[in-house]
Amino acid sequence: MNVDAKQMKKIEMQEYQNLVDQIKPKPDILKNSVWAFMVGGLICGFAQVLVNYLLSLGMSRTDAGSAVSCIMIFLAAFFTGIGVYDELGKRAGAGSIVPITGFANAIVASAMEFKREGYIFGVGARIFSVAGPTLVFGFAVAVVVGLIKVFLSS
Amino acid sequence: MTPLYMAFLGGGLLCLIGQLIMDLTKANITPGHILVGYISIGAVLSGLGLYQPLVDAVGAGATIPLSGFGHLLVQGTLKAVESKGLLGAFSGGVEAAAAGITCAIVFGYVAAVLFNPRD
Repeated sequence: MNVDAKQMKKIEMQEYQNLVDQIKPKPDILKNSVWAFMVGGLICGFAQVLVNYLLSLGMSRTDAGSAVSCIMIFLAAFFTGIGVYDELGKRAGAGSIVPITGFANAIVASAMEFKREGYIFGVGARIFSVAGPTLVFGFAVAVVVGLIKVFLSS
Repeated sequence: MTPLYMAFLGGGLLCLIGQLIMDLTKANITPGHILVGYISIGAVLSGLGLYQPLVDAVGAGATIPLSGFGHLLVQGTLKAVESKGLLGAFSGGVEAAAAGITCAIVFGYVAAVLFNPRD
């Protein structure tokens, strides 16, 4: 391909992209924001109710936090299974993605789709298609921070 | 104990930021990107000592968003480094987050096996 043809192709692609941007529906930013704020806030508020209840039973702050994470993950896995969580997600957007329930939702939703590939390398592997990258980056940053601390305190 | 409305406000704002990132950037940001971004940024802020004040102020509003999971990993790592040194840098994070990770995998697997996707 000579230089002119390459140039032409580049311009064509640019024009195509502009056209796509024009036709693509613009997100209703205000409505999406309100939904995300309300749903995310309600999920965290509900978790706070559970934390406060467990603290009032005399549980330590760390244990209460872990227990509430487990409860939220369980609920999200269940509601993803019966199809309710993804319906909520269509409206709530980031409000249902950012909380830890969104992490559980991503795990179940991607694993469920690959059942036909079997329970070991279908479901078992696809559990990590979103959870894997998330944990990789979480662990990586934690180890780097830990190593910096080791280095600074030696 | 953190009052309820603070958890609501904190959690709502963190989700609002995620929504604005998705709506206002041209790049195609998927839920996966949001999750990876939040855990990484939460972990970095935690390492700089900036996330704990947020947790003190809004409680579950900061620990339930995935950035709080990054915070948990980093704080577990830092605590383990104090007591065990170098080994702690590799063991502390997962130790602190063990319950959450195990629940996510086990409950996630069971739910995916028991239920079928709706079309």
